[in-house]
Amino acid sequence: MHGHPLIYLDNAATSQKPQVVIDALTQFYRCDNANVHRGIHELSNRASAAFEKTRERAARFINASHSDEIIFTRGTTESINLLANAWGNQTVKAGDVILLTEMEHHSNIVPWQLLARRTGAKLAFLPVNGDEGLLDLSRLEDSLTSNVRLLAFTHISNALGTINPLVELCEKARKRGILTFVDAAQSAGHRRLDVQELGCDFLALSGHKMCAPTGIGLLYGRLELLDDMEPWQGGGDMISSVDFHESTWNKVPHKFEAGTPNIADTIALHAAMDYLDAVGRDRIAQHDSEIGAYAFEELERLGKVRLFGPRNQRAGLVSFLLHNIHAHDVVTFADRQGVALRGGHHCTQPLMKKLGVSSTSRASFYFYNTTEEVDRLIEVLRGIQKFFGE
Amino acid sequence: MFEELNDLYQQVIMDHSKKPHNFGTLAGANCCARGQNPLCGDQMQIFLKTEDNIVRDLRWEGDGCAIFKASSSMMTDSLKGKTRGEITQLFDEFHAMITTGEIAPNNHLGKLEVLSGVNRFPARVKCALLGWRAAMSALEGDHQPVSTE
Repeated sequence: MHGHPLIYLDNAATSQKPQVVIDALTQFYRCDNANVHRGIHELSNRASAAFEKTRERAARFINASHSDEIIFTRGTTESINLLANAWGNQTVKAGDVILLTEMEHHSNIVPWQLLARRTGAKLAFLPVNGDEGLLDLSRLEDSLTSNVRLLAFTHISNALGTINPLVELCEKARKRGILTFVDAAQSAGHRRLDVQELGCDFLALSGHKMCAPTGIGLLYGRLELLDDMEPWQGGGDMISSVDFHESTWNKVPHKFEAGTPNIADTIALHAAMDYLDAVGRDRIAQHDSEIGAYAFEELERLGKVRLFGPRNQRAGLVSFLLHNIHAHDVVTFADRQGVALRGGHHCTQPLMKKLGVSSTSRASFYFYNTTEEVDRLIEVLRGIQKFFGE
Repeated sequence: MFEELNDLYQQVIMDHSKKPHNFGTLAGANCCARGQNPLCGDQMQIFLKTEDNIVRDLRWEGDGCAIFKASSSMMTDSLKGKTRGEITQLFDEFHAMITTGEIAPNNHLGKLEVLSGVNRFPARVKCALLGWRAAMSALEGDHQPVSTE
């Protein structure tokens, strides 16, 4: 990149794709391409089987008790919109509260704002304790009031690298009869997830952040909750029978998958999940934790830097500002040395406002990143400081 | 390490970004506008005092990257004392330079030509234009915040 070896440190935005995933895509289009759930011919049967096998694979990936609890979507954003519509429209009433946290991505804020506008519900936010980026859990009990219908929060913050205490949050909500939604976009490809052990009611993830193609993700929901939900999009495949004036719905999960789905990318998601488990998600989590801590420490040693997120038990990403140098300048300079960073508000504008910044620079790692690459990042940042006379 | 960036981040640009000219609010301003770059969160406000179709004085404030700050600072220097017609022409020349790299003969860009390197950095074009878009919006009396998106 610009005459330098590429160091890709923008994995929280999207990961690179392994050859097996690319092969799964081309193999499908070359040999197995047909529509699913429709044909009687062999090719369609083959496509349908591979598509539904991914559903089973995804259920195993997050240890859902049944593959019907997996609804395929375009990604986490669409999953949350599905939830806010299919669950929210019929459950949430005026005066009800959706409890979020101050560190949510726009995708876990705006769909709830739209729901609030439709229903007269309100949003409330668990506070973040400043640059350290931890949720103020002392406020949790008081925030879980009787009118809270859902606690929706991110597992790992894309802007801070905070790992939220998922089990504790889900347990406290459950004790009050409040449903929980977990945004696992940043965590699903980085650590083991067991929805039964975690005790969450809903969870969403995006394939493209975990080695799969863009445009495929999923929403997990407990079966009895999904059974009670109304569809959110109408069309083919989601119906049982259609009359001129009325229709009946297909069963879960097909009730929520109108139209021809993203078949090829779904099948490639299967390959990505196999790949990640071959690498080992525990190993990835360990690597994340080590490289995240190493980057945090090295940035601190560099000096003249403001660091965001917790010092300990952080995810594999660091968010920072060099004193008196804007994040966009840092990203432009790093890019010229082949280092791909992200600079901006990371789709967390309310959090940025709370922290009193307009943007930060972010280096986000995956299992293929090395401490040598972090050293190179630090060397480049030192050069930027020198250029700017800092 | 960053030789190829010397062109974009020339000393004059660094100086303007560190000590921006005409920075602050302006008492008695009769045109003002806000600008923002939603992609990165950069934002600014510009205040103009116009009289007989001429910009007598102007100030701006905001926070953002070096290119944005330098471009806004240099713009305010160059707009002072100009008529609306002259400013529109200058904006067109500046816009063409930043987006296409074309610099017309007999142009009025003057010192603004040091920003011509932005053209080779597509991700930074918005930064260089934010202040200008806010200024044009203020002059047109359009008080909706301008956005680079």
